[in-house]
Amino acid sequence: MMGEMNMALNGMEIYKMLPKKNCKECGFPTCLAFAMKLAQGGTQAEKCPYMSDEAKGKLAEATAPPMRTVTFGAGERTYSLGGETVLFRHEKTFVNRPRFAVMFDDAENADEVAKKINHINSVNYTRISEEMYVEIAAFRCSSQDKQKFISLIKKVTSECKKVVPMIISEDPDIASAAAEEFAALGPIIYGANEQNCEAMVGIAKKHNLLLGVKAENQAKLYDTVQKIQNMGYKELLLDAGGRSLKNAFDDAVNIRRTALLSKDRTFGYPTVTFVCDMAQDKMMEVAMATLFVEKYASIIVLSDMDYSMALPLFALRQNIYTDPQRPMRIEQGIYKIGQADESSPLLVTVDFALTYFIVSGEVERSKVPSWILIPDAGGYSVLTAWASGKLNAKSIAKAIKDFEVEGKLKTRELIIPGKVAVLKSDIEDELPGWKVIVGTREAASLPAFLKDYRQKSAS
Amino acid sequence: MAYKKPSQKFSGKIREVTVGSGLKLGGESVLPFYKFDGDTGAKPAVGMEIWDVFPESWPQSLKDIFGPYADDPVKWAKFCVEKYNPDFICIKFEGANPEGDDRSPEDCARIAERLAGEVPVPLVIAGCDSDEKNAKVFTKVAEALPDKNYVFLSAIEANYKEIGAACGMAYGNIVSAESSVDLNLAKQLNILITQLGVKPEKMVMNPGCAAVGYGFEYVVTTMDRIKLAALDQNDSTLQMPIISPVSFETWKAKEAIATEEDMPEWGGQEERGIAMEVSTAAGVLAAGSNAVILRHPKSVEVIRKFIDELL
Ligand code: B12
Ligand code: SF4
Repeated sequence: MMGEMNMALNGMEIYKMLPKKNCKECGFPTCLAFAMKLAQGGTQAEKCPYMSDEAKGKLAEATAPPMRTVTFGAGERTYSLGGETVLFRHEKTFVNRPRFAVMFDDAENADEVAKKINHINSVNYTRISEEMYVEIAAFRCSSQDKQKFISLIKKVTSECKKVVPMIISEDPDIASAAAEEFAALGPIIYGANEQNCEAMVGIAKKHNLLLGVKAENQAKLYDTVQKIQNMGYKELLLDAGGRSLKNAFDDAVNIRRTALLSKDRTFGYPTVTFVCDMAQDKMMEVAMATLFVEKYASIIVLSDMDYSMALPLFALRQNIYTDPQRPMRIEQGIYKIGQADESSPLLVTVDFALTYFIVSGEVERSKVPSWILIPDAGGYSVLTAWASGKLNAKSIAKAIKDFEVEGKLKTRELIIPGKVAVLKSDIEDELPGWKVIVGTREAASLPAFLKDYRQKSAS
Repeated sequence: MAYKKPSQKFSGKIREVTVGSGLKLGGESVLPFYKFDGDTGAKPAVGMEIWDVFPESWPQSLKDIFGPYADDPVKWAKFCVEKYNPDFICIKFEGANPEGDDRSPEDCARIAERLAGEVPVPLVIAGCDSDEKNAKVFTKVAEALPDKNYVFLSAIEANYKEIGAACGMAYGNIVSAESSVDLNLAKQLNILITQLGVKPEKMVMNPGCAAVGYGFEYVVTTMDRIKLAALDQNDSTLQMPIISPVSFETWKAKEAIATEEDMPEWGGQEERGIAMEVSTAAGVLAAGSNAVILRHPKSVEVIRKFIDELL
């Protein structure tokens, strides 16, 4: 019976619970129509004024999203995990990006710990208006020495101000002491298992913490989660124990599919994957973490995070978690970078946010104060916009006029992206008195190009 | 209630295509690496990229590795095969670019012939930036190497007729159909090429590629949708194996090309390049790529192991 409670109800099952008055007060022509919509999550149970409280309670439970959204952390470092509704981003969108953790072990030597702290503190940068940094430090208690464990957590959390700790211990005594000590940071407590779950749930409940549940395999995890749910705790993070890439992938995919395809909420929680235990090689960790960003881990624990790992992984995560229905677009206009004046260089790019932020970042890096003109390019990258006819001499000339560039600036030279060098003469035809300069193909070479350009203009 | 492991069984299957004399691509009837659901088909193949000209524009770390061999494509290919054991070699005729060395199609064909004679793994023939020139180069190369089952990368909307007729039909090789990150475009081009008379088992496709961070979500989503259409809806026009030229994209990205001098806080350039290549390759494989083209030997080693551990 308990299991069934956890399953989402279908339209017919909901219909059986309705008053069947067909009074239309819910805004639907019949109770059945209302039931069908409710089953898809398209309306709320409260819309029917005639439903019994018992039915309402049952329905609220049954129509809740298939995968729970849980949180960890505290204050401005509070993060949501889970809450996904689709297996593929094109079906709607993925919502809560996975978070990266770096593993510390209290048996590790001090140099190793110092190196990781250093990496965590240096990997902190902005990419397309998102701040990138390691969100979690995971701590494994190998020593079984409470004091040693706590002092490691203390050291790392005081030196890395941004991390939320994940306390890993299957010993409730140790877990409880650490939870007590760091409760204010909203830590994750990882280590509930078949045997200790009562005590671990107690600790999590006391401080209202996200609880990591671990088992040997999916079937055993399923049983343990049911046990924990029966204790009334639902702030869970799952680990079905796979420590080979193959098994861990099987776990990640099948836990997610159980929630979203089988609509079984026993597995309607986010998962954690320990890439640090599956690979000895940094590049292999990058490959594995890539797989799990796409499918379907919510916390990915790595053994370290230096720039070589961070650059691809954070960029990938940012891409995959972009809402396909809301492409990132920049408002058209003329943008000032640095203390640009009326004689500073003028560049044109497109209104695709990714492109704009890459280009403006490189212009800033060049330290050459400049202007960037953004025409209507359909929100596309340079070549996409060009190939679809959105970026052309006309749209660029229109932007020059619309944003009154001739009145604002003295310069009559326009730097265009190297990839659309073919536009040069067309633009010059559209804009009498202007000279078009073909820029570099990649923005990375813009700083050198701009410095050179400024020097030439000066002489 | 006890746990019931879910599974997704599909009626469709990716076509198995044989490259060279024995390298199989595709054949799976499940989503990428979903071994727990059924038959994952042939192991995804890992190939290495070489050029017909010295790769002046490549980062120094790559030139350090290949430089001593890169004055001659045959020497270069043999070095890769002997040392790193790739499943195939991708020879990119960068030197054919009319705006560069403008190597003649006949010269390209001679190089390809020498490679075919001396390199024990199958070849993937890639072109330069000019679609027009590629059609000419591919025609000559295919003519010189008939019925080899080599892959020609790629036929696009503008030149598929010539390439399809020569490579796919007259000279019995494999045509790769390249489209720009859009399921409908991929489908349309596959249909056009098969309507020419190229047999589907003589085709693979490249539905677009990008480096992680550079519009990569469109690549993943396009591939997800292609694989679902091929498997779930049994759409035979999308059941061609996918080949992804990962290295063509990743070694242009700033993360891979910025020197340490340029970005001191980013650390060693070589590792950044490898990491971008490895992540992009793992990312397209997870989305359904059946073959990836790579540059760095370390990427080849890691991606090979990654595939082996998953299957
Ligand atoms: C993602 C993508 C899409 C997405 C669009 C996402 C978006 N918002 O732009 C979608 C799927 C919608 C798409 C559609 C199309 N696409 Co498209 N797409 C891509 C893809 C994979 C990545 C583009 C990307 O995001 N690049 C990253 C950004 C940052 O690059 P960028 O804008 O060029 O900026 C760089 C430089 O140009 C430079 N830069 C930028 N501005 C400036 C300014 C100055 C002054 C300077 C100096 C430098 C500079 O800095 C940046 C970093 O170096 C590329 C292939 C690839 N790997 O590049 C194809 C690609 C661009 N697409 C292409 C095509 C043909 C199309 C379509 C026309 C296909 C079609 N027939 O329908 C459509 C057009 C849309 C439509 N239907 O109207 C072709 C273009 C071919 C060509 N050479 O002209 C490409 C190259 C694919 C290919 N190989 O065929 N596409
Ligand atoms: S308000 Fe309630 S009783 Fe009336 S039609 Fe809607 S579901 Fe039926």
